[in-house]
Amino acid sequence: MAVSDEELDTFAGQLDVILSAVARVAEVAAADIPPTSHAVAMTNVFRPDEVRPSLPREDVLACAPAVEDFKFRVPRILAEEA
Amino acid sequence: MGDLISLTAAETAEKVASGEVSAVEVAQAHLDRIGAVDGKLKAFLHVDTEGALEAAKAVDAHRAAGDQLGPLAGVPLAMKDVVVTKGLPTTSGSKILQGWIPPYDATISKRVKDAGIVMLGKTNMDEFAMGSSTENSAYGPTANPWDLSRIPGGSSGGSSAAVAGFEAPLSIGTDTGGSIRQPAAVTGIVGHKPTYGAVSRYGLIAFSSSLDQAGPFGRTVLDTALLHEVIAGHDPCDSTSIPQPVAPVVAAARDGARGDLAGVRVGVVRELQGEGYQAGVLAAFEAAVAKLRELGAQIVEVSCPHFEYALPAYYLIAPSECSSNLARFDSVRYGMRVGDDGVNSLEDVMSLTREAGFGPEVKRRIIIGTYALSSGYYDAYYGQAQKVRTLIVRDFTAAFEQADVLVSPTSPFVAFGLGERVADPMAMYINDLCTLPASLAGTPAISVPCGLSEGLPVGLQIMAPALADDRCYRVAAAFEAATDRLVPPAEVLA
Amino acid sequence: MTLSYEDVVARYEPVFGLETHVELGTASKMFCGCSTEFGAAPNTHTCPTCLGLPGALPVVNEVAIESTIKIGLALNCSIAPWCRFARKNYFYPDMPKNFQTSQYDEPLCFDGYLDVEVEGKSYRVGIERVHMEEDTGKNTHVGGATGRIHGADYSLVDFNRAGIPLIEIVTKPVPGAGALAPEVARAYVTELRDILRTLGVSDVRMEQGSLRCDVNTSLNKPGEEMGTRTETKNVNSLRSVERAVRSEMLRQASLLDAGERIFQETRHFSEATGDTRPGRSKEEATDYRYFPEPDLVPVAPDPEWVEKIRAGLPELPAARRARLIESLGVSADDMEQLSNAGVVDLVGATVEAGAPVTEARNWWLGYLAQQANSREVEPTDLGISAAQVARLIALVADGTLSVALARQAVDGVLDSGHDVDAVIAERGLQRVSDTGALEQAADDAIAANPDVADKVRAGKLPAVGALVGAVMKATRGQADAGAVKDILLRKLGAAE
Repeated sequence: MAVSDEELDTFAGQLDVILSAVARVAEVAAADIPPTSHAVAMTNVFRPDEVRPSLPREDVLACAPAVEDFKFRVPRILAEEA
Repeated sequence: MGDLISLTAAETAEKVASGEVSAVEVAQAHLDRIGAVDGKLKAFLHVDTEGALEAAKAVDAHRAAGDQLGPLAGVPLAMKDVVVTKGLPTTSGSKILQGWIPPYDATISKRVKDAGIVMLGKTNMDEFAMGSSTENSAYGPTANPWDLSRIPGGSSGGSSAAVAGFEAPLSIGTDTGGSIRQPAAVTGIVGHKPTYGAVSRYGLIAFSSSLDQAGPFGRTVLDTALLHEVIAGHDPCDSTSIPQPVAPVVAAARDGARGDLAGVRVGVVRELQGEGYQAGVLAAFEAAVAKLRELGAQIVEVSCPHFEYALPAYYLIAPSECSSNLARFDSVRYGMRVGDDGVNSLEDVMSLTREAGFGPEVKRRIIIGTYALSSGYYDAYYGQAQKVRTLIVRDFTAAFEQADVLVSPTSPFVAFGLGERVADPMAMYINDLCTLPASLAGTPAISVPCGLSEGLPVGLQIMAPALADDRCYRVAAAFEAATDRLVPPAEVLA
Repeated sequence: MTLSYEDVVARYEPVFGLETHVELGTASKMFCGCSTEFGAAPNTHTCPTCLGLPGALPVVNEVAIESTIKIGLALNCSIAPWCRFARKNYFYPDMPKNFQTSQYDEPLCFDGYLDVEVEGKSYRVGIERVHMEEDTGKNTHVGGATGRIHGADYSLVDFNRAGIPLIEIVTKPVPGAGALAPEVARAYVTELRDILRTLGVSDVRMEQGSLRCDVNTSLNKPGEEMGTRTETKNVNSLRSVERAVRSEMLRQASLLDAGERIFQETRHFSEATGDTRPGRSKEEATDYRYFPEPDLVPVAPDPEWVEKIRAGLPELPAARRARLIESLGVSADDMEQLSNAGVVDLVGATVEAGAPVTEARNWWLGYLAQQANSREVEPTDLGISAAQVARLIALVADGTLSVALARQAVDGVLDSGHDVDAVIAERGLQRVSDTGALEQAADDAIAANPDVADKVRAGKLPAVGALVGAVMKATRGQADAGAVKDILLRKLGAAE
């Protein structure tokens, strides 16, 4: 993401403050503590392998900044596929 | 007609069902109110006059046909703009989504419509729900109906202001670190953050996926509970949606309204008071605790030693997840595109778009999140924060062995002045001090008005164990029944 | 001086590894209900989830999990009792969310192996992991000379493929194959493909990109540690796997011989030239900022479910081959040949349909293999069933068809999709057994080609071929060439 120079100046100090504040998590001795990613532990939430209707294509493309041949048109890509 | 806007949702629904008023009259009264005051309040980003009247007409037609109406049929509602609404502009308060008309409905949008609730429009918010004041909206701030020079809270400030300002009896907000509870507190209304997974996230524009939770605002506990039951419940489109029946929150609200809390153990969290809290807020909180005791509750003090790490943990987890969630705004499939001049590469255009489309707070959080997830820092930051989360869950578990609910002030402060804290992110972040633990633990919490400080509302936060949302409503309803309703001074919006 | 392959393997030991991506053959996508059908009109198989629209959420396809477990079990892997999806974050326009939902340090299946046989020797290919992820959309590059990304004016994106379940199968490094490393690599992918087909989890059409390989190759001197590896992407046919390993071995050896270093890099395989060219040079590895996908909950397959899946696995290719060697009485070498040609099952089924083994083998390795090759399809996709082939063999055996006519019948079946008997009827492919007609045709041929007839009379027997050809042409191939030859030789007084 690009950030303008102006923003960068403002951010630099702020990010320092924020990062030193959040770095306080390191104070907690948590070596043996398992991480929690969800409050209510669930597993194996699956859906059956059934085809459901897709969106109408005109709805899909209506939001797009640029369209050609029913595809999303993007400027030339520099990076090769990852 | 003027009276229609001051009715509760429950009263309105009853009058519509009995035919005393039509849903169209109710909708029109609220649209008129919006027309009269929203120029000052700026709670709405988009008012859907036509859609609202059409929905109201449909409710009236159903009634005329003798169909059974839902408990909130014909009641107007304001929807936070983070919720995707088919055919209605949805921006999440960001320029990057300006002009986007979603081709689908969020599950809660669908449920609200199916319930015959009349959606008036979309409300203002901090961009992508990042903030505590609604000042981070790309479309300008919303004002507090108690004092137009003050913030309505955030990030759901448009939704809180709309309800407090009588533009709608109900609204929907989302709460990632306090974004329902804190706005409810500072505007003097009721707001509930349900148990994580109780309300579907399908169609909420994600800020922090493991924390985001939508919930109801109302001017009364019962109204809030009625809306809760409409939007909650298992949704197969959201893998984290809890496949269990909805907690009986309406029954709990009615039961609580009898004002008897005998046998209820209320835990006062030692770590959520004291230094850093405004004296008036603490005074109101202490009075609230005394009131709960009067109602028969047994007051105990509990300690949650890891709550002090909630803020650093939150400000690692939320930015990390948002850095990934917001990557999709890349100018390819929807939203803004900047710099596509035939010369710039896609990479340039993506950068230019994101530079122009995101506001400073969003950028700050993306930068922090990107850093916190990077390979050399993951364990120290995101990984460690997730472990802190476990410790906070354990603190709650221990506390709930001693108490049925926990209480604290909802926010350390009353509504502060617009512009006061914009330049200092940390000063903004500490607004969430009291609300963050329940967000990180995924447990339910409600904010209910508990008096004034300096003429501005203070909120009482009531927290319950996961899935026990009904306890929040029961205690809140009892408290509400024993206290005066807060109504903003009429002259502010006159 | 050009390095010979023999020189390379005399001085270096190759180590290879493969990362194979397989599109699963589920009806719907990995995380949404959109169809996975190939070849639909652009952007018609898309929805909020697979387009990455704001607010949309994923839900895991149960059959994709089951298929992955099947693959893991078939590859002798352990199945994780608990694992998660992770987000792999990077920007690319064909990736709707700009992160790929994948698995990182907790794959569903891990630590297995697959044994393959090359030239009578068995090689064990270690399997590091089998994990789940989702495919990307497809970019078309417009402008520029080649339709390639470089020099294009702009690109167009179709998201139909985005979100199709993808399985990545990663091998451990495979040392010890020596000069046969390219063949072992190919045999591994061939065996893997057959397993996937047998399991019915993917149609494995390499030409449609439903199986794609990245090949890692390194060289080291005997006794030394494993060398620096390169990763060759875009290796999309069995033959290319073999060629890619071989060409990387040659390229790396010439660099090492010149005292140069091998850089860890990504290279691209060119089907046209058969060699590899450097890809984007990465100064440092991309940091994908993996973290557990918060929109999904962990996958914890119930051991009972896993055992049920294991019990329901079909007979795998290796076991089937062993059984067929036994029951068909073919040699191990023959079986390897059939296996490499991808026709083991077809031969087995043809035999089951009543054909003798030798005939079935000859047809499938011969004319049918040629047809598959020229039509650029796998033999299984040729469009003629084992039963039809058995019928043809029977018709040749009972004299109804000559071999030439039978081949025409195959062509007819492939072109029309009708069955053998219908094609014979439609095209009048009855063998001409009317001796009178053949005698007449032979006389005509002799009369028309007096020079050739003289040569044959003079004892140059092979010259008779030209006359046989003329008769066959006159009878539109419907005569038995052997019988025609006998008639001609008799008439020319040159009977063998």
